[in-house]
Amino acid sequence: MKTSNNPARDGDKGRRRGRIALLAFLGTIFLVVALPLTGYLVVGETAAQAQQEAVNPLSEFWRGARQANEGYTAVTAPQANILITDSGQNWRQVRNGPLATYGAWLMILALVALAALFLLRGRVEIDNGPSGKTVERWTLPDRILHWYTAVLFILLAITGLSLLYGRAVLMPVMGPEAFASYAQAAIYVHNYLGLFFAIGLVLMVLKWLRVNIPKGHDLSWFLSGGGMLKGKHPHAGFVNAGEKLLFWTLAVAGLAILVTGVILLFPQLGQSRDVMQISQVVHAVASILVITFIFGHIYLATVAMKGSMAGMVGGRVDVNWARQHHDLWLKELEQHGVKPETASTKPEKESQQEPRPAAS
Amino acid sequence: MAKMKFLCDAERCIECNGCVTACKNVNEVPWGINRRRVVTLNDGVPGEKSISVACMHCTDAPCAAVCPVDCFYTTADGVVLHDKDLCIGCGYCFYACPFGAPQYPSPQERAFAVRGKMDKCTFCAGGPEEPGSQAEFEKYGANRLAEGKLPACAEMCATKALLAGDGDVLSDIYRKRILRRAGRPETWGWEKAYGADV
Repeated sequence: MKTSNNPARDGDKGRRRGRIALLAFLGTIFLVVALPLTGYLVVGETAAQAQQEAVNPLSEFWRGARQANEGYTAVTAPQANILITDSGQNWRQVRNGPLATYGAWLMILALVALAALFLLRGRVEIDNGPSGKTVERWTLPDRILHWYTAVLFILLAITGLSLLYGRAVLMPVMGPEAFASYAQAAIYVHNYLGLFFAIGLVLMVLKWLRVNIPKGHDLSWFLSGGGMLKGKHPHAGFVNAGEKLLFWTLAVAGLAILVTGVILLFPQLGQSRDVMQISQVVHAVASILVITFIFGHIYLATVAMKGSMAGMVGGRVDVNWARQHHDLWLKELEQHGVKPETASTKPEKESQQEPRPAAS
Repeated sequence: MAKMKFLCDAERCIECNGCVTACKNVNEVPWGINRRRVVTLNDGVPGEKSISVACMHCTDAPCAAVCPVDCFYTTADGVVLHDKDLCIGCGYCFYACPFGAPQYPSPQERAFAVRGKMDKCTFCAGGPEEPGSQAEFEKYGANRLAEGKLPACAEMCATKALLAGDGDVLSDIYRKRILRRAGRPETWGWEKAYGADV
């Protein structure tokens, strides 16, 4: 380092001043660490290890008891040998606090956002109107699987939310006795139908896994807000990117719901209270997340888009709808030589609309 | 207003399980349910300590806070009781309780989390039924408090390790005990200054 009696006047003084400041800073840090350590120059290094050993055995004993140390008890019940545990209080604070509060806000805000969206956008009509020609979108097994899981999902969602929010929402209205009777029925419905839902969910994830693998054009779908931000509808295959997002949310969160549900459902597997507490929180968080997504799913499939529901009800969708929302899929169908059929076989769905000539 | 409490003196409890037996006998608790239990820490090691534990009738009871049907209530004596007619057997009070007090007719063997109505220590104060009625006894056990008696577990305790009653009285008894634990009062000069009853 260059020495100078008058560094401030030299050229380049800004850089030099910065270097001095840095050195001063590092020097201070060094002194903060080094100065107290000079104590060991007097007593020697061994003194540092010696003070670790000194603990009061009695205080350790009761600290252990507070931290759910296991003892012996003649009573045979799950975890009866634990005197006291704090984990339940933590669970209570999470469940009654952020879980219930933010969960409720998330669902309420989602519903408000969907209502606002509907007021702003209204119903999306089919471009050029329905063509009167349809192609098959969902086979009968697909539709059965969808509605089987959907009905169970709605039952489980209502009963599950009743256990989380019923005390605050339903009980003041219904009274304690009537609400408790309903809650008793709800818990049975929830516990027994849960496994049937799990079967539907697993089959659904496995059956629709291949079409939901993300592709390059999904990114542009998201960037255009699924066609809401820009006028032109983005490209989409059989399943668009939004549906893929729903699928993967259902797959991941659904799996979490399934696993934690089994943990909560079979206490005889020997799991501890701690595991059940965590499971309940994961179960509720994942469920609220999925419920919020399903709000959006129901909105988009029913009121938001004309012609979407037909695919899952009758199994066939209008060609113009398919071209608008799933253009790549329709192209694929045409390449495979699938011929659209006239919509006469579908009695209820398109009967209100007069068929218009297909715009080709 | 009184606040009913349990206090177990770890220096006195000899793990005889007399309290457990007294509780089962007085309340005719169903098979498999133990409202009270004795836990021994460091069992078999010199310095082992035993504590008899049941529902502690918490001031801010976690069970009551998490109950989906709000079936818990606190009596004027500070005893936490619950209404079995409302209980749906969800197990949340079992998750929340620090002391492992909530019991179920069959928590271990039954699949689909069918636990049945929760059962726990009532501080021998029965439940929401008519005090002393048959319905109360069958659902909740004895109502000794209504008869002017204290919980059977504490009254039966041979070493008076387990105390039950108003919290102020209990802490007064316990304070006197620990002052004399060394053989003579550890509050130097108190007997001279304030009389024998420190």
